[in-house]
Amino acid sequence: MKLGDTPAEADFRGRLREWLGKTLPELPAAPDPGDWPGRRAYDTAWQRRLFDAGYAGLHWPVDAGGKGVGPSMHLIFLEETERAGAPYVGANFVGLLHAGPTVATEGTPEQRARFLPPILRGEEIWCQGFSEPDAGSDLAALRTRAVRDGDAYVVTGSKIWTSHAEVADWCELLVRTDPDAPKHRGITWLAMRMDAPGVTVRPLRTLAGTTEFAELFLDEVRVPVGDRLGAENDGWRVTMVTLSFERGTAFASEAVACRREVRRLARLARADGAFDDLELRRELALLSAEFTALWRLVQWNVSEAAARGVPGAGGSVFKLRFSEARQRLHDVAARVVGADALLDGPWTAQRLQGLSYTIAAGTSQIQRNIVAQRLLGLPKGR
Amino acid sequence: MEFRLTEDQRRLQAGLRELLTDRQPTWAELTDVGLFQLRVPEPDGGLGLGLPEAVLAFEEAGRAVLPGPLVGTEVAAAALGLGGRAEVVRVPSRGPLLVPDLPELDHVLVLHPDDSLAVLPAAALDATPVRAVDPDRPLWRVDGGVPPGGHPFATGRPEARRVAADATLLTAALQAGLAARTVTEAVAYARTRTQFGQPIGAFQAVQHLCADMLARAELARVAVYAAAVSGDAEEIAGAKLLADEAAVRGARDCLQVHGGMGFTWEARVHRLLKRAWAWEQAGADRERCLDVLAGHL
Repeated sequence: MKLGDTPAEADFRGRLREWLGKTLPELPAAPDPGDWPGRRAYDTAWQRRLFDAGYAGLHWPVDAGGKGVGPSMHLIFLEETERAGAPYVGANFVGLLHAGPTVATEGTPEQRARFLPPILRGEEIWCQGFSEPDAGSDLAALRTRAVRDGDAYVVTGSKIWTSHAEVADWCELLVRTDPDAPKHRGITWLAMRMDAPGVTVRPLRTLAGTTEFAELFLDEVRVPVGDRLGAENDGWRVTMVTLSFERGTAFASEAVACRREVRRLARLARADGAFDDLELRRELALLSAEFTALWRLVQWNVSEAAARGVPGAGGSVFKLRFSEARQRLHDVAARVVGADALLDGPWTAQRLQGLSYTIAAGTSQIQRNIVAQRLLGLPKGR
Repeated sequence: MEFRLTEDQRRLQAGLRELLTDRQPTWAELTDVGLFQLRVPEPDGGLGLGLPEAVLAFEEAGRAVLPGPLVGTEVAAAALGLGGRAEVVRVPSRGPLLVPDLPELDHVLVLHPDDSLAVLPAAALDATPVRAVDPDRPLWRVDGGVPPGGHPFATGRPEARRVAADATLLTAALQAGLAARTVTEAVAYARTRTQFGQPIGAFQAVQHLCADMLARAELARVAVYAAAVSGDAEEIAGAKLLADEAAVRGARDCLQVHGGMGFTWEARVHRLLKRAWAWEQAGADRERCLDVLAGHL
């Protein structure tokens, strides 16, 4: 068991730090959270800088245009960029962490050449069309229909919780191609252009008052058969590849961020006297232990994944604990700032945003089912 | 970074697990396999290994719920070069000073509230046997305070710091192993006990209880490993806190999964809980760990 850097890792970290130190002061001011075109421009410009400096697609395979570095290097990248306060992956999230890795694994040479380079260069943004109004946790119950018509699928249905839909170029879309097959076997993965005729985007207002995601309405949208990934009706397996990536390192930098937040809160609490409250002080102490351990769990999961070649089920344990700890952090923050917690400020925005953590990317209840059935081998109920 | 077990560490873990499965080894057997000499340098007759190997071994001891002065004996040998059986006790902020297994001990390592350490011959303590909640961990109450003498190590001395830190971390490793054991026992019962025509483990209410047990045990285990690698005081306090929580709540949930049987003497689930309570107070208790962590914030 080793936690320190190897010489190669230390070298990588040192050069990255130097580059971040030089580059971050040159960045323009971050756009307003409600300014979607501004956010797209900002996030893609950052991705372009990463690409030019050789930091794009670090963990992607070399033949997909990536750098093919091991997961531990990728983790150093996430740790250092977070520490330096670099921009988040933002609008590039689905392309870099879902759709891209899936295309890299399942795509034909032509599809890889078409889709991957623009993601790495920050030229094209992807969104995710998986969930539907009647297919949330039970994703395989999705009903959006795709009917073959010559060299295209004709897609009709609706999708929900689609982040970045307003500014995306492409959508990784799950559709039902065989309504008679068992529900997991009639699903197909398509890459759909967001400017195709028949696509309507309706922003959804979250409880935080912002429009972080949208509903998609698809009315006889034509998607070329060539934009299908994997075989027809094999989309569920293709999708599982994506989801295992999501639970690997997707939240790693946020674990680093939360450790920093606990320390920032403690400084605030010391300054305003809240730290004298024994209960509050001990809650902060407990959160500090929890986030440190969660960061160690990321390092453990990543080391195991590097040795075994695939992200393990340890991601569900992480997701379960992390999302709940993060919500507790926001509740403690509200107690530290006192009456300010009732104002619509940055702490409140985080607290409200944090409510999605136990719901998005697999609810905590679904994570517990996964842990119980896949890790502990408990039987499925009737 | 390669934060996973090496081949040697895997072998050590597997060997001990095999030795301890379904049987209670004698003290002589534990001594023979080197449980207390793991970190003693090779020239002094030890195995010359480090804290990570020690926590792996103690995790297995915790999984087997071994009785006896395990932590003190290892720490006395590794940190002070003392042979014989020993236990580390901390003068509590409330209630009497209790020493487990006193008549078997050669040395008692007493940590005072100011973090100074006194190493005393066990015979120097004036103590009375008391009925302990854990039948496998008999207790003696020290009357009339800690006697002066023995080998004192003032606050801040490396020996005092090391005994406190190592005892806390090794107890955390015991708790991490115990926490994992509560998961194994609960899952085994939930798979075989049938009600309403199916194993109770098929009900989500029971599944989610077990899932949370595993999540706590896994986080604690990784926290203990990381603290052993870094040796950092803040991480050790955090690891003990998480391991205590995983063991105590794990044992409670294990009892709950066992239903009425869990409340019986025969089912032995109570032994897991009673040991978790005992180890929770050993090394550094919850209050102390939280204060250490808050002090670093």
